[in-house]
Amino acid sequence: MTFPSPDSTPPRPSTPEARAFPTISLGLPSTAATRQGPARRMPSIEGSVLADRIYRLALLFFALCVPALLLLIFIEVGRAGWPALHEFGFRFLTSSTWDPVKGDFGAAPAIVGTLLTSFIALVIATPLALGAAIFLSEFSPSWLRQPVSFFIDLLAAVPSVVYGLWAVFFLLPLMRTGVMPFLRDTLHLGATPFFSGPAYGPSVLSAGMILAIMILPYIAAVSREVLLAVPRAQREAALALGATRWEAITGAVIPYARTGILGGVILGLGRALGETMAVTMVIGNRHEISASLFAPGYTMASLIANEFSEATTDIHISALMAVGFVLFVITLVVNGIARWMVSRMGAEVHA
Amino acid sequence: MAAAETVPMPDTSAPDAMVAMRCLALNAWFGTTHAVRDVTLDFPAHEVTAIIGPSGCGKSTLLRCLNRMHETVPLARVEGRVLFHGQDIYADGVDPIALRRHVGMVFQRPTPFPTMSIRDNVAAGLRAQPGVKLSAAAQDEVVGRAPREAALWDEVEGRLKESATGISGGQQQRLCIARALATSPHVLLLDEPTAALDPISTQKVEELVYELRKVMSVIIVTHNMQQAARVSDRTVFMLMGEMIEMAPTRKIFTTPTDPRTESYITGRFG
Amino acid sequence: MTSAASDHGAFSSPRARGLLRRRVVSVIMIVLTCVAAALAVVPLVVILAYLFKQGASALSFGFFTHMPKPVGEVGGGMANAILGTLILIGLAAAFGLPIGIGAGLYLAEHRGTRLANLVRFLADVLNGLPSIVMGIFAWQFLVKPFGHFSALAGGAALGAMMIPLVSRTTEEMVRTVPQALREAALALGYPRWRTSLQIVLRTALGGIVTGVLVAVARVAGETAPLLFTAFGNSFWSTNLRQPIAALPLQIFTYAISPYDDWHAQAWAGALVLIGLVLVISVTARFVTRARHGGGHG
Repeated sequence: MTFPSPDSTPPRPSTPEARAFPTISLGLPSTAATRQGPARRMPSIEGSVLADRIYRLALLFFALCVPALLLLIFIEVGRAGWPALHEFGFRFLTSSTWDPVKGDFGAAPAIVGTLLTSFIALVIATPLALGAAIFLSEFSPSWLRQPVSFFIDLLAAVPSVVYGLWAVFFLLPLMRTGVMPFLRDTLHLGATPFFSGPAYGPSVLSAGMILAIMILPYIAAVSREVLLAVPRAQREAALALGATRWEAITGAVIPYARTGILGGVILGLGRALGETMAVTMVIGNRHEISASLFAPGYTMASLIANEFSEATTDIHISALMAVGFVLFVITLVVNGIARWMVSRMGAEVHA
Repeated sequence: MAAAETVPMPDTSAPDAMVAMRCLALNAWFGTTHAVRDVTLDFPAHEVTAIIGPSGCGKSTLLRCLNRMHETVPLARVEGRVLFHGQDIYADGVDPIALRRHVGMVFQRPTPFPTMSIRDNVAAGLRAQPGVKLSAAAQDEVVGRAPREAALWDEVEGRLKESATGISGGQQQRLCIARALATSPHVLLLDEPTAALDPISTQKVEELVYELRKVMSVIIVTHNMQQAARVSDRTVFMLMGEMIEMAPTRKIFTTPTDPRTESYITGRFG
Repeated sequence: MTSAASDHGAFSSPRARGLLRRRVVSVIMIVLTCVAAALAVVPLVVILAYLFKQGASALSFGFFTHMPKPVGEVGGGMANAILGTLILIGLAAAFGLPIGIGAGLYLAEHRGTRLANLVRFLADVLNGLPSIVMGIFAWQFLVKPFGHFSALAGGAALGAMMIPLVSRTTEEMVRTVPQALREAALALGYPRWRTSLQIVLRTALGGIVTGVLVAVARVAGETAPLLFTAFGNSFWSTNLRQPIAALPLQIFTYAISPYDDWHAQAWAGALVLIGLVLVISVTARFVTRARHGGGHG
């Protein structure tokens, strides 16, 4: 074994002897001077290990804030709504009476209104969003893809209250003078109970329309991500078998992406169910179930938004809290299903 | 852990002071994979020791046990003892963070910190030490010394304030070596340091390794037998987690004792 | 599926006609997806155009500096609401960012563990929580016990809505930092917490800033959580324990009022609000671009 001569080492702050036979503290509480002299004391182990432990605990604490917050919301809102749920029982979900003066509450019109407006929104938005997503992921020239995607993402960033403002001054007049007469008279749909009655403007149909515009970007964005996650080989295999470009999409791409797209649609449904401001401004706020989509109505969210600050009796506040609790549970279930479906596709979703 | 008396001693019974690191019955696992099996050997001080062997033979894992980096991987486990200048680095109360400042490490791919300048990268290891407020003069000393030791100075002298991601891959790797040298470690661990480099950068790193043994002990893992032959004083051959043979490099490559070593050297393992 | 390749025969063969029909269907459907994409973009164009038309005519310099005036008086602005919104955004960031970023770091460093999966799933659920539910929860938890509406309650409600977005982006951005960089820092003697904060978090900072900006843009326009917390205030107030004005609230109040003056003010407010949101969103894009353009070695 040969050692190179210490003399050949370049000048260093320590002597060669010190380097050859060092005394090294590995953090053991030792005061022995290290090879670079007393200026370089090793830190005590407690210091860094403790800091790491504190850091780890801090992160754990922040992470646990998420479940804690959700649990707290569930408990607090549920507890506040309990008196009403307890007093009216199952009737709370089925009764159409909403009488703050007598203190008798049934949320059926708001529940039906929520489901109905969301359904209308899905029927209108899904085909458009899917078409747009397919266009963006499959056919769009690359120079167009980025700006259109950006535009659709922006649509998702417009505040709800701005949609509402626009709807009050642009959509409602359009519905009153254009869309509703067209559906009722020109298409003769007025013969059915669903499109009959006077066209005021504020209505379940208008609420569905504005919701459709609002959830379209969500569904389009998720579907686009899911479609882009489909392997190229799926398309190419179908094309190689002689399928047209459209057949490749319906036959190979869509079946592969089906679960993820459905998840995106349900995610949009979750948004529509909980949407508050825009709907409150256009739905007309009437606590009644009507067969006609032209009639004004209520959703659970708009009912709370409208009445909460005016509620004076405890049971009224409790009834509104109970409505909020029901809404919470419904969106919880819907979102849970949606996330599960999208995650099964393995696509990353930012909606 | 086995009692001290039953621990086998390495064959190369060099005087303790000349041993930089000593592994005693070292075992390492990833979950249920037994990556290092009962390795007992000495890494002599002021020498370059190369560890060779086929892919998956445990050579990188062995290296990572020497500065306790192995345990940073989830489900990793270590048994046995590793002595660093006589101290058991796996003993209770040993701070792995303090250890790693004495046992530097450089990885396969260059890992400059992208948010830092070249200068800050060099000083990063020193700044990592808590409680020590480094004077500007001390920092300047290190920034002037470490890149020279890493044969990088001429190439970065005028651009120390630039981003560390702006230099070539070979320069980045030597920057990482300079960063490891800045804390004046006693042992430098190199994990296939030239795997991602072009031949010219590789040559520079090899020349550097050859120079470094004058001031420290170097342990290099490599898949390249020619490299081991060029830079190392001793070579360890590993197979399936076991240490098969350790000998002076010339002997390993000319007259290996174990037939398995011979098979590998002559290319029969691929 | 019939093979088109085997179809060398005459054009009049039934199979060739079938192929032609399939091709026509394909082209029609492709055009339809094109139309769908256009229809998806049309509402934004209409909304933005209408907003600019209505808002620009009502917007003046005084809008930023004056207080609201009673009905019938000309002029007036939303100075207090603009300030209120900025204060609320600041409070939301103070509440939401530490938890969001901390939870995101936890998720990134404990990937695959059962707790991490649960937290990630619940963050997604929280993200889908109706904002009005967050509003009544904040009222029940932060307003009712104290007996008065407050800016703090509003900021906390908005901050809670930021958490899931911020934690998700933080996790994704931290994951893009190579493991090798983390190991290099550890091997250099960095303690884990400093590795995490000074090396990993700093490297991922560009992307995290983008996520934070997106979250801020989203809560800046939220109205429902503020209805029963910040409540709104027609006077100048910066007291965090008192009700505070906010742009979205003011727009809502003015929009559903019967007065034309107030409608004009609502449009001006909406233009300012969407300007704020767009500036934040575009900045977020810009930050993302710069980060990807910069390129790490």
